Amino acid sequence: MSAQPVNPNTPPDHVNIEIDGKPMTAPKGSMIIHAADKAGVPIPRFCYHDKLPIAANCRMCLVEVEKSPKPMPACATPVMEGMKVQTRSQKALSSQRNVMEFLLINHPLDCPICDQGGECELQDISMGYGRSVSRFVERKRAVADEDIGPLIATEMTRCIQCTRCVRFVGEVAGTYELGGMSRGENLEIGTYVGKTIESEIGGNIIDVCPVGALTNKPFRFQARAWELIAREGLGYHDAQGSNLWLHTRRGEVLRHVPRDNEAINECWLSDRDRYSHQGLYADDRATQPLMKKNGEWAAVSWEQALDAVAEKLRTVRGDDLGALVHPATSNEEGHLLAEFVRALGSKHIDHRLRQLDFTDAAAGWGFASSMAEVEKADAVFLLGSNLRHELPLVNHRVRKAAKRGAKVYALNPIDFDFNYDFAGKVIAAPAALVDEAAKLAKAAAELGVDVPTELAALLASAATDDAARAQAKALKDASGSLLIFGESAAMHPQASLLRACARFVAQATDSAYNEVPLGANAIGLSRVGALPAAGGLDARTMLALPRKGYLVYGAEPPFDFGDGGLAMTSLSKADAVIAFSAFASEALKAVATIILPIAALPEIEATLVNFNGTSQSVNAGAKPPGEARPGWKVLRALGAKLGLTGFDFTDIGEVRAALAAKPAQTVPQLQAKIASRHDGKGLARIASVAIYRADAVLRRAAALQAHPLNSGAGLGLNPADAAGLGVENGSMVKINGAAGTATLPVVVSAGVPRGGAWLEAGYVETAALPAYGAELSISKA
Amino acid sequence: MKATGTYNQVKDVDPLVALTEHTRKHIDHWVSKFPPDRKRSALIQGLMAAQEQQGGYLTDELTTAVARYLDLPTVWAYEVASFYSMFETSPVGRNNVAICTNISCWLNGAEDVVRHCEKKLGVKLGESTSDGRIYLKREEECLAACCGAPMMVVNGHYHENLTTESVDQILDGLK
Repeated sequence: MSAQPVNPNTPPDHVNIEIDGKPMTAPKGSMIIHAADKAGVPIPRFCYHDKLPIAANCRMCLVEVEKSPKPMPACATPVMEGMKVQTRSQKALSSQRNVMEFLLINHPLDCPICDQGGECELQDISMGYGRSVSRFVERKRAVADEDIGPLIATEMTRCIQCTRCVRFVGEVAGTYELGGMSRGENLEIGTYVGKTIESEIGGNIIDVCPVGALTNKPFRFQARAWELIAREGLGYHDAQGSNLWLHTRRGEVLRHVPRDNEAINECWLSDRDRYSHQGLYADDRATQPLMKKNGEWAAVSWEQALDAVAEKLRTVRGDDLGALVHPATSNEEGHLLAEFVRALGSKHIDHRLRQLDFTDAAAGWGFASSMAEVEKADAVFLLGSNLRHELPLVNHRVRKAAKRGAKVYALNPIDFDFNYDFAGKVIAAPAALVDEAAKLAKAAAELGVDVPTELAALLASAATDDAARAQAKALKDASGSLLIFGESAAMHPQASLLRACARFVAQATDSAYNEVPLGANAIGLSRVGALPAAGGLDARTMLALPRKGYLVYGAEPPFDFGDGGLAMTSLSKADAVIAFSAFASEALKAVATIILPIAALPEIEATLVNFNGTSQSVNAGAKPPGEARPGWKVLRALGAKLGLTGFDFTDIGEVRAALAAKPAQTVPQLQAKIASRHDGKGLARIASVAIYRADAVLRRAAALQAHPLNSGAGLGLNPADAAGLGVENGSMVKINGAAGTATLPVVVSAGVPRGGAWLEAGYVETAALPAYGAELSISKA
Repeated sequence: MKATGTYNQVKDVDPLVALTEHTRKHIDHWVSKFPPDRKRSALIQGLMAAQEQQGGYLTDELTTAVARYLDLPTVWAYEVASFYSMFETSPVGRNNVAICTNISCWLNGAEDVVRHCEKKLGVKLGESTSDGRIYLKREEECLAACCGAPMMVVNGHYHENLTTESVDQILDGLK
């Protein structure tokens, strides 16, 4: 037998195939549908999804393969040398039509009242392959609906059992909350026990569902797909900078859907980014400038408000003035504000509102690893990170790595709930966390790398153990290893110490050092100079040494501050607090003197820099409500009124040009200084930001607030500590702080370390309580 | 099928409490037959053992407990429990009587057997007697004993060549 003719142009590990007469090569082991998609040959499909495991259960993609007696599913048939595939032959088309008829047998004809109508894969494909008249005269089946939470609406009678949602929550989200119940004609997709989908990325099942069985609940019956205008937008609740489409109607954002970007969010979107738009239309949205007159708030015109602000700033300036900028503020606004504050003679501007330790002057740290590198890593170390809540889609990449066999280690203040297994995990209360980090650094030092001087003293007094040595060795030996320094570490009262250890471990083990930025644009703001100038005060010191006046830009006290109690105390004592804010909340009204309504991020032309340093610009997607104006326009008007130079531009292009011309701001080098070690005594507060309480818009997004992940304020205690206090699960306790007290239920959990008291930040009850690391005074209520 | 709505009851189930030692031993025995990373293979036997523990049916707590005991996502156990007709997911009588009504048995008088049982026990196919003694299972498929048609399966034991008398005798012998 003669050898097969070999095409000299075939790349290695590829085979030659032919689809609809078009010759092409495809990688060995790949499926026909991959080659067809790449070549642009359309094959109808429902169950196949590029990012999900192959199920081959809808059978819509049947194609004719030469020499095969039966039609083959293109999604599950691997290519073979010399394979000839027909996707449009008589046999293929008739198979596809037959499958279509079966799929439509039990599907209700309720397109006119179905939210998916107009963007439905079933509708589209049945236009091409369906019959115009149904031959099915028997009774169609109906499926009882299930309530799977405030985010996703179900209409399970429409389901065609493609199992994309089942595979998504299982394989991608890792929560395994959906399954196929019963069998045959009775097969139904559901949770069986009737539970809410609790995944932080569960909303994606709406996108993967090819029919109207799973739809966006807050968007239900709001609009038809063809009424919407899609505008490019960015996620602004974390530093991922997920790409999304704002679907708007007459300037109002009705929903967010993902915009594919393989390097950032793939085709997914976290629930936080998907549902936050509801918050934009909250009742307390600031729609008019507000001024406090004789203790009463009154709506005033922009002219009056700007005059009043200018008046204040003529007296309160220079060293008396401090500016606190929310870390999700756009580059353009951050740059203008920095110029504005500088022109007023002040050096005090900072966006690092949640940071407590500024010893090393850390700012603008992000990810050194690209998302592709995270996915391919063989060893990952999480230091102080609830990654699943901090960056849901980075956690998804780490999960991919873990599923591939990567070893994941964690050193965390709380045994957070993850969707993969750890090779090693240490949970330690705030003071002990530092010792554990030192232990790891010491183990890394044994690998023979010089210890930086600032760390030498700490390591000299530290002891290490075999577990730490094994972890350091695993990082060192892995072909791709990385360390992720999370929010819980960056917000820690001795963050500089942890950071020095983490950076040293990364260096000694050849791992990439990645830090989760505290805010969506923390890196961009560091680059454009929203940081204290030489001699300027950082965010915390600005509050600890009260100024006469403050500019509060986009931040909502006390929620957005690391030490909310301190923020409330210092702001309420100041002569003038000029708040640039999209919301006029009661807490803000309690401390502000003037509230200038500014547009929220989806409503302005904005540039954000994500954790990889990728700068992304978008145009205004929605209309700001009422008299709210984009922040850059407000700053321009104020600058002009005060006669400052550099504020005579007319459009955002000029701001961007000025920003580009500005000498490249180098993010300040880390100071070779670290905080001193602190001995823990009593119960030290552990703070982490609750996933749906991270910023003002999220706190107002009704559907997210109703989600079980938004568990409400509670005091997490170790069983031993709870027994010591004589309290049990559900008991009410009183927590006293300088700026306020709270009465909260106790949640006893072995996931909280001894000596730690876990109070999530961002809740009304917890916002003004003593900061991370503070010793709490707890008594029975 | 409507969701059972028992999530709050099952979410904190501890398998070491919900499953008796006997049941766990049974599961352990089956787990040992498969490679260590293939515990899912023991799921059906695990559910069988739990069903036996409960006296003929599975509660959502038990199904959840079996999944937890095997370190599996609970939804996998729900899928299996709802898939197979040998698992009862709602309370039924303690003696499981399944009369075959498939083709061979049907031709040999299975309908008469069913009618006799229904009359004798006062319940329809698919129901249990009020004293919880007998569950008359609605059988869906051939039970592979056509040579002895008509036949029925009582608690897993095959009874063939049934007559009214033999059925009476079998049913009366059930505790």
